[in-house]
Amino acid sequence: MNTRGLRSQLKDSVPVAGLCPQGSYGIQDSLRSGFTSVKNELLPSHPLELSEKNFVLNQDKMNFSTLRNIQGLHAPLKLQMEYRAARQIQRLPFLQSSNLALDTLRGSDDTIGFEDILGDPAQSEMMGEPHMMVEYKLGLL
Amino acid sequence: MATLAVRRAPLGGFSFENCKRNSILESEANKVGFSVPTARKTGTTICGVVFKDGIVLGADTRATEGMVVADKNCSKIHYISPNIYCCGAGTAADTEMTTQIISSNLELHALSTGRQPRVATANRMLKQMLFRYQGYIGAALVLGGVDCNGPHLYSIYPHGSTDKLPYVTMGSGSLAAMAVFEDRYKTGMEEEEAKQLVRDAIAAGIFNDLGSGSNIDLCVITKGNVDYIRPHDEANKKGVRTGDYRYKRGTTAVLSKVVNPLDLELLEETVQTMDTS
Repeated sequence: MNTRGLRSQLKDSVPVAGLCPQGSYGIQDSLRSGFTSVKNELLPSHPLELSEKNFVLNQDKMNFSTLRNIQGLHAPLKLQMEYRAARQIQRLPFLQSSNLALDTLRGSDDTIGFEDILGDPAQSEMMGEPHMMVEYKLGLL
Repeated sequence: MATLAVRRAPLGGFSFENCKRNSILESEANKVGFSVPTARKTGTTICGVVFKDGIVLGADTRATEGMVVADKNCSKIHYISPNIYCCGAGTAADTEMTTQIISSNLELHALSTGRQPRVATANRMLKQMLFRYQGYIGAALVLGGVDCNGPHLYSIYPHGSTDKLPYVTMGSGSLAAMAVFEDRYKTGMEEEEAKQLVRDAIAAGIFNDLGSGSNIDLCVITKGNVDYIRPHDEANKKGVRTGDYRYKRGTTAVLSKVVNPLDLELLEETVQTMDTS
């Protein structure tokens, strides 16, 4: 259960993959992920990568602070509570959830952006192993 | 024993996974002397002008891929909403996708508000999207339309800045087109005069810029009516061949004639039926 605020959820770096290679058998999969170097792992590969990763979070932060300035502290607190509730409406851990309630709260249910067109998670070629995902979610792993 | 992994659900949108691989490949290719393929751009002349009753948008129709013409008759005036159209210069795919996304968003917005969409709304949506991607989406646009507040014309740059002006030009041929505008633009022109002015501006871009060429497309938007004229003018016609390499029989005199018949024997004759079912 994530009890921390928005700021601590911001990602300010890309995950270091050198310590945990993605290939099977635990070694670097050169065919799929290319050659490695420490510099490659630590720095983002594209100037937009970090800003895109944090975009939704930053937008929420901005909206909440505007709301707080206009309507007082209770408004963003109530909304954040609703966000937290909506975020818990999910399918099983290894299935893709539509997040419709969260989208409606954010107001992005009637906008189309690149996140709807490109890289549709429902069409991703890899899937997490169901048993492992459930155990991870329940904290048994 | 293979390791099993738990993955976080991927988000949609742009994936930067291959950026490092691409930069490695590019540097390796450059060492050997090979260059990676370039994106198709519309080295372009696009322009727009506000006249008495509305807007005239104009564009050429050439799309280039480096030094080669990729498309001799591409359409650069994109539909945004029934009363708003947008010309696009820059990377062809970027202008195409951006205008389609904004068109969809504007339609949803109009359904949600129940009103005809305004040009200022489209402008704001475009500039917010382009600024979010910090200029990496190479789309320079001329947005024009007529809404409840009258005719509006905006120019939008790839980094997200916009200008609201009575006449705008964009693209590699923009300087040539702007020269024509600066000379002959007047406020409150009639429709025919405005169409002629835009046609001349695009023609200036076509003849003086390598990245622009072929035909001139016009789009005239007035309150309640849109006239998409494609092509308005074929400025660059492909030449007709005047000479021919075929000669008439008898051009060369026949001096002597020798006929050698080939004796062929018919060995075997088979019939194979076609499956025409």
